[in-house]
Amino acid sequence: MGLKSNLHNLKEKYKGKKMAPAFNALHTFLYLPNETTHNGTHIKAADDLKRTMNTVIMALVPCLIFGMFNAGYQHYLALGEIEASNGFLGSTFWTLDNLVVGLWQVLPLVVVSYGVGLAVEFLFAVIKGHEVEEGYLVTGMLVPLIVPVDIPLWMLAVAVVFGVVIGKEVFGGTGMNILNPALTIRAFLFFAYPTWMSGDKVWVHGAVERDQMIASGQNLDAISGETLLGYYAKSGQELTLAGSNGAADVVTTYGDRASELYSIWDMFWGLIPGSVGETSKFLIIIGALFLIFTKVGSWRIILSTLIGALVMGLIFNGVVDAGWIGESSKFYGLMSVPFWQHLIIGSILFGAVYMATDPVTASQTNKGKWIYGFLIGFISIMIRVFNPAYPEGVFLAILLMNVFAPTIDHYVVQGNVKRRMKRLKVKTA
Amino acid sequence: MGLLSKKDAALIKDPLTDNNPITIQVLGICSALAITAELEASIVMSISVLFVMGVGNVVISLMRNIIPSKIRIIAQLIVVATLVIIVDLVLKAFAYELSKTLSVFVGLIITNCIIMGRFEAFALGNGPWRSFLDGIGNALGYAVILIIVGFFRELLGSGTLLGIPVLGDPIEKTGLYSIGYENNGFMLLSPMALIVVGIIIWIQRTRNKDLVED
Repeated sequence: MGLKSNLHNLKEKYKGKKMAPAFNALHTFLYLPNETTHNGTHIKAADDLKRTMNTVIMALVPCLIFGMFNAGYQHYLALGEIEASNGFLGSTFWTLDNLVVGLWQVLPLVVVSYGVGLAVEFLFAVIKGHEVEEGYLVTGMLVPLIVPVDIPLWMLAVAVVFGVVIGKEVFGGTGMNILNPALTIRAFLFFAYPTWMSGDKVWVHGAVERDQMIASGQNLDAISGETLLGYYAKSGQELTLAGSNGAADVVTTYGDRASELYSIWDMFWGLIPGSVGETSKFLIIIGALFLIFTKVGSWRIILSTLIGALVMGLIFNGVVDAGWIGESSKFYGLMSVPFWQHLIIGSILFGAVYMATDPVTASQTNKGKWIYGFLIGFISIMIRVFNPAYPEGVFLAILLMNVFAPTIDHYVVQGNVKRRMKRLKVKTA
Repeated sequence: MGLLSKKDAALIKDPLTDNNPITIQVLGICSALAITAELEASIVMSISVLFVMGVGNVVISLMRNIIPSKIRIIAQLIVVATLVIIVDLVLKAFAYELSKTLSVFVGLIITNCIIMGRFEAFALGNGPWRSFLDGIGNALGYAVILIIVGFFRELLGSGTLLGIPVLGDPIEKTGLYSIGYENNGFMLLSPMALIVVGIIIWIQRTRNKDLVED
């Protein structure tokens, strides 16, 4: 009597009862069921929902592991205990110390995300009497990757409950949701607890805590790690730097110093502060190739999102080149960023690869996917530049386009119908 | 027999539950979303609507035989506008701060679909006493939802009730705040009012399956 037959017996025992979906889910998650189909013709295909979900999770694992190391790396770097890593394989990055901090901080996020989310899923399956669906497997993995490392766990739990119930279950569960649940969770956190989701403290483990210790009178140096976007958002504001050796204080603008903050390669490899899993553009590109190769992620959406971002970036560059925006403008900093750099700043790449491609909430038609993706990229950069209160606009842009995706599909299909009707008329006339 | 006959009692009771103007008829949503961030504002708004609806329904009912049907909307508007101006002036005189919080939404009671709806659907065809009960009933139904939404939004959004801190002091970190609790800023934004109303509708329709339309 192994676990499998025990589970099978339990399943038989609870057949038709309320708790049945819970046992079924456990059983099919761990083992292949004993049942075989008896009649009719069947198509055997391996690409079922579970396989699709697992593929995405595999593509996310490198980001998660990198995120753990990065959490520790940013922590020690801010404390001044280690030197900046020299490139992706730098000696101070892949260390055990970094990993320990990362495990200590990031694993609880993963556990809470999956624990709470799956509990809600099981609860709804039992109440509504349907089978537990696999939809949360990917969401549960995405959530820890798109939040700041120091987010309090109870906040994450509240947000997960909100996201799964309001974002998904009220619409009828997996496959019926209009909004991407992971982004719903992030949006909830962003609007409910803004102090934990933006600013220059939350991205580095320990910075908030350190701040509180200083506030309570301890003699420590404050640590912080600002994201580049947070930095640019302050463009135009004046910053006074203490001059050395009695020299006069240097007054400069925030935007001017941004280029000194992080190098292009740091941003590409991901050695910068940010949400847990979105910093490494390198690993995201590898994940994207994996998703495209396995045909799980839509290359049309990914590509068109990036094109949209580039076009918007080019427009802003053009505006700056034409001299319509003065250097004193608060938009100058971000508008003057070379257009291609928008792709490695912030989380546009992560959003394009893992969020926009969610097959449930994206457009279904090929032409629709191009429009959908393009607008995501376009609007992301627009929000990023024009709204300093929302330094990163990717999640808002994707949620907005999630809402419009069915409309886009509708018009694509209608347009197709009309064109074919016309052809029909020409032929018959 | 109590104070009211069974039929009359239903006029008050139905709008509170199974024929609630907000959750079933989905009327008067704008003000429910706009002013429920604080419980006090919700209560004052409820009282204002209660007054306008109770009196307005009686007035329209008394005049129902002399209003020409071609211009009845204008007549109704004049009645409700008069009453709303009274409410507005009273608020400005005795609760100025609050009237600033409610701002334009007191004036917008005029366009509250519940009021015009009851004038049209009930007061024009029924006697003053029954119209009065109907007005009070619907206003109470509106008030119940406003107060529930206001209660949760103020409690979770600001940690206060009627302006009194109930969860501790967020700055001094006492009470719940000492263990890391924080106010939910999302609760103060209008979308959350919509979601809370939605959750109430959800609960109500789960309890009473007759209300679910296909």
